[in-house]
Amino acid sequence: MFYREAGQFKSTYAADMAVFPIRQDRIGIAVILLLAFVGVPLIGNDFFTSTVMIPFLVFSLAAIGLNILTGYTGLISLGTAAFMGVGAYAAYKLTTFFPGVNIIVLVLVSGLFSAAIGVLFGLPSLRIKGFYLAVATLAAQFFLQWAFVRVPWLFNYNASGAIEVPQRLFFGIPVTGASASPETRYFVCLVLVVVLTWFASNLVHGKLGRSWMAVRDMDIAAELMGIKLLNAKLLAFAVSSFYAGVAGAMMIFFWYGGGEAADVFNIRLSFNILFMVIIGGLGSLIGSFFGAAFIASLPTILKFGLPALGVPLSGATAEHVTFMLVGALIIVFLIVEPHGLARLWQIGKQKLRTWPFPY
Amino acid sequence: MNAEPMNVTGEPMTGKGEVLLAVENVSLRFGGVKAISDVSFDIRKGEVRAIIGPNGAGKTSMLNCINGFYHPQEGRITYKGARRDKMKPHRAAAAGIARTFQNVALFKGMSTLDNIMTGRTLKMKRGFFWQALRHGPAMQEEIEHRRVVEDIIDFLQIEHIRKLPVGKLPYGLQKRVELGRALAMEPELLLLDEPMAGMNLEEKEDMCRFILDVNNQFGTTIALIEHDMGVVMDLSDRVVVLEYGRKIADGTPDQVKSDQKVIDAYLGVAH
Amino acid sequence: MSDVAARPAPNLLANGWIKAGLILAGLVVVALVGAQLDGSGTFYKVFIDPFQQMVAAPDLLAQTIWEGLVSGVLYALIALGFVLIFKASGVFNFAQGIMVVFAALTLVGLHEKGVPAWLAVILTLGVMFVLAVTIERVVLRPLVNQPDIILFMATFGITYFLIGFGESLFGGNPKQMIADELYLPKGAIDLQIFGGLVSLQKIDIAAAVIASIMIAALALFFQYTRIGRALRAVADSHKAALSVGISLNQIWVIVWFTAGIVALITGIMWGARSDVSFALEIVALKALPVLILGGFTSIPGAIIGGLIIGIGEKLGEFYWGPLIGGGIESWLAYFIALGFLLFRPQGLFGDKIIERI
Repeated sequence: MFYREAGQFKSTYAADMAVFPIRQDRIGIAVILLLAFVGVPLIGNDFFTSTVMIPFLVFSLAAIGLNILTGYTGLISLGTAAFMGVGAYAAYKLTTFFPGVNIIVLVLVSGLFSAAIGVLFGLPSLRIKGFYLAVATLAAQFFLQWAFVRVPWLFNYNASGAIEVPQRLFFGIPVTGASASPETRYFVCLVLVVVLTWFASNLVHGKLGRSWMAVRDMDIAAELMGIKLLNAKLLAFAVSSFYAGVAGAMMIFFWYGGGEAADVFNIRLSFNILFMVIIGGLGSLIGSFFGAAFIASLPTILKFGLPALGVPLSGATAEHVTFMLVGALIIVFLIVEPHGLARLWQIGKQKLRTWPFPY
Repeated sequence: MNAEPMNVTGEPMTGKGEVLLAVENVSLRFGGVKAISDVSFDIRKGEVRAIIGPNGAGKTSMLNCINGFYHPQEGRITYKGARRDKMKPHRAAAAGIARTFQNVALFKGMSTLDNIMTGRTLKMKRGFFWQALRHGPAMQEEIEHRRVVEDIIDFLQIEHIRKLPVGKLPYGLQKRVELGRALAMEPELLLLDEPMAGMNLEEKEDMCRFILDVNNQFGTTIALIEHDMGVVMDLSDRVVVLEYGRKIADGTPDQVKSDQKVIDAYLGVAH
Repeated sequence: MSDVAARPAPNLLANGWIKAGLILAGLVVVALVGAQLDGSGTFYKVFIDPFQQMVAAPDLLAQTIWEGLVSGVLYALIALGFVLIFKASGVFNFAQGIMVVFAALTLVGLHEKGVPAWLAVILTLGVMFVLAVTIERVVLRPLVNQPDIILFMATFGITYFLIGFGESLFGGNPKQMIADELYLPKGAIDLQIFGGLVSLQKIDIAAAVIASIMIAALALFFQYTRIGRALRAVADSHKAALSVGISLNQIWVIVWFTAGIVALITGIMWGARSDVSFALEIVALKALPVLILGGFTSIPGAIIGGLIIGIGEKLGEFYWGPLIGGGIESWLAYFIALGFLLFRPQGLFGDKIIERI
């Protein structure tokens, strides 16, 4: 009734090619942005901001990165966490060498390092496909994880082997380190995520996105259309790893604030991000957000939700039950909607469009 | 002998003289299996050239050689005067060779519009950073090419399925979209691999009309593989016949039709 | 270029990207290695010294190869479970590793509850059968005809579920395998060869023997029984198998149960060498490079691939590992497989890929 595009005529191709061609969608996005920029800091307390919102943003960005690779280009990767790690360590080394340079710039630059490493490990994708490639990306995961531990230069020869994030100011306000307030860190993350999502959306809606999807759907035909497979695939690896790298740097600098970085970027994180992409919806940017929200919040919800429902759980049992539930939910989700939450969202919108007279 | 490639006596038309693509003594092997042996023929500018033959005669392999997907071990392929039998597929595309496939090879997850837009990839020049902004020059370029694509959509009468994912379209429409995608490349040489396979009569007639229109209006040279003899005889200027990877006849439809070897190949012959 | 016409492998060096990438790769490797090595004698340490050591102390070499062989057998067994399921149902079963842990945990857990050892084995087999039926009913059947990646992710779900389930039933602490009760041999045989001592654990020998027997039995089963024939038919084409009246559901249960048996045997062997814990889960990922080497559908490939990876990684760790700080076992297997892939993308025993369109 309220969600209907009737009467909205498009008279230019530009209007027809807009990412949100329907006015109600544009209003919806504006409301969400308003909520994110104004609502959350006003309503949410520190706990909510730092343990729910910041992780959600970080995971969303990583999921967008992986979605570009897996959802849009059809290359499965099990090494996302390692690329995130490259970003984190690159940002750490950069801020050690150039303490004066703005930390946000450095976080973005560290994505470039991650992109370079991603291209390197993407090279085999020319010759191998599917699960073979997935296994090849495990090489990246384990090798880089090893390097994070064994190359002391990466963590400035700290005895603990951990990254210690120094305090960095942004226009006089601390954005990293112990004294940075959750709100500040949240704002920095939010701005980065919004801007980078906008770029990603532009890329996937343009020529490059079409080339990626062509490679995904029918690589041979794509090649005969004049798309250079290697370039398209490596570019996907580069962009994907850039996003992962920035997400990793954000994770250490704005969320964890340092610590056991080598353990953070392990294979389980790679799997979790793959879950987010699949449950959210392959080949959908908005799905990446849904997936991140779902997977990132599930353990928290179970941890606090089950006792609230009167199911008493000890710490260890809660963990086991969480594992079981996550496993079961993944299966249920795949059975109910293999195309992910993004598809459910679409179906919902379609229903809403015809509501209340579906015939 | 009408197996001679040069003895064309078909109706002389303007612009149909120059040789656009020449295949000379091409052989292709897969391991020990010879798919094509010692085949020579040419395709002239502006003509509709049919390649026919029984199943497994090496017709599709021939097209694959022409657009660089397979590289023949022996022989030469010359396109617009330049030798190119070892060319990569994307180079062939850049040189103006487009094609459709026997089993529809559309990008199933994308809409009709996006599928045809991929055909414009080579013509779009804006770099990565403009694309990331999707404003200014990059957007202008998108719009410019969208106009061309909309013309093709009009031409093929597929306006109504513009935004639908192609994976769910009926077969006949998929074939049409695939033709549109090839046309979007503005090819000089269009290779059609069984464009009418699995279609009903009406769809076949539509497709025939599109092929002739493309040939007449844009002057595109067309090489097509087809099993429907009626279609082949009506559409094509010249026909080359393959059997077991060898050329057994070459000439106008009438010449080929009356060739004893061709009749034997199609009807079988008591050895 | 011989007579391989179809899609000649792209000349890697002809591409600017590749060239830049390889140069970058070289630089990274040099930087990493250079950072770890002393400034002097890099070449000597990498290319000469290890081989001198091998020649100087052949007993150590033999011992290392034996160790590699043994872990190779275990990788091969896990890979075998993968291959069985992949062949029959096209599912890339990520849960094989956790099935090994789960089977071993169930066995040990039942024994702890006072069930006699051999009865526990039989009961565990029963549990694996129930697991196979459940997976077929709950996961595979509703997901039939979905893309591979969906089924692959579903096995992730199974993995997570089994981790949680196993831990809440048996607890997360490492357990001792009931090797004595199952009459598995203990101790070691010390061989006097090459002027030194090579010590072979009896359990390792037993593992190799049992693995061989099991593989032979599987081969006979596939070759000569009706179910085996049906299985091979399903592996070739689901649709064709269905059309001649083979029940896919039944085949899937059988195949997952067989993989469960393989998992139990693997779990017993592995548990007897170290202990039964969820750490095995990560080790089980090593079966993936084995699969790359051997090809996803080849049982001999899985075995030989397992041995190559096992021996390769032990040799690499022992002779070259110390040069760059050790612990390279965690990734060496993947790099061996990756290097191999660049030359034979279809694996050791896979068929040559001819792309058609």
